[in-house]
Amino acid sequence: MAHAPSAESVALLDRFVAALVAKGVLTEDQIATQIASTDRASPEIGARMVARAWTDAEYRALLLRDGGQAAEAMGVSMAGAPPLGVLEDTDKVHHLVVCTLCSCYPRAVLGYPPHWYKSAAYRARAVREPRAVLAEWGTTLPDGVAVKVVDSTADFRWMVLPQRPAGTEGWDAGRLASLVTRDALVGVALPRA
Amino acid sequence: MTDEAPPPATHDLGGAPRFRCTAVEPDDEAPPDEFGKRVDALRQILGRSGLMTVDEMRRCIEAIPEPEYHALGYYERWLRGISALMVEKGVVQAEKLR
Repeated sequence: MAHAPSAESVALLDRFVAALVAKGVLTEDQIATQIASTDRASPEIGARMVARAWTDAEYRALLLRDGGQAAEAMGVSMAGAPPLGVLEDTDKVHHLVVCTLCSCYPRAVLGYPPHWYKSAAYRARAVREPRAVLAEWGTTLPDGVAVKVVDSTADFRWMVLPQRPAGTEGWDAGRLASLVTRDALVGVALPRA
Repeated sequence: MTDEAPPPATHDLGGAPRFRCTAVEPDDEAPPDEFGKRVDALRQILGRSGLMTVDEMRRCIEAIPEPEYHALGYYERWLRGISALMVEKGVVQAEKLR
């Protein structure tokens, strides 16, 4: 688990913000506006992109070709965000996303990264023993499905396009989106109908 | 001369054996607490203003000595890195942070 910041860190933050404000670099209002804007991004955006790709072949092609454009098509601003790649799961390949060096994550479409994504254990093990890591989520892949682990970087972010679960024939995009969790978008879990 | 690669840097954790036996704890600790949100907001504002690039921030976080790196929380590392960078660039004075 993440621990609460030390008193020393809290004091450093207060002094640092005060110094930046005194220098005219930023204002408290700007910080509040920025927090509100960041809070609006959530995995629901990625889930809606996946559900639309499951129901709209043209959108699916766009999503796989240029994730950033596909996000913009859903009304998400990708200004200043690194390019977004989307990894298509198939009957033969399952994708898992990690950032071994830190925590690079497609925040514009998934929101803040969860604690475990930033943890040393996930970063170290996802590339070494991905199936063991998946098992900790209760995710077991059928025999014959390869696992491809992809490293997100500061310059290029990744998201998974999971397979549409069986038993969802005739569902509309809204209902389908409710199956797509944050963990499924990173690849540690599979959507279940 | 030796062909041996240098040991990986502290932050370069891909495949690191010391964490092989550590379970990944699935938790829902997102979004972060107010401290984390404020640090995150500073990162974005300073990035947009042209005072800091993501690579500069990463360099400063990666310069944190190993024992401290693992003792500090995620956004505490960011704060250490970002504030050190702003001192280095002369945007704020070191005395103001003490």
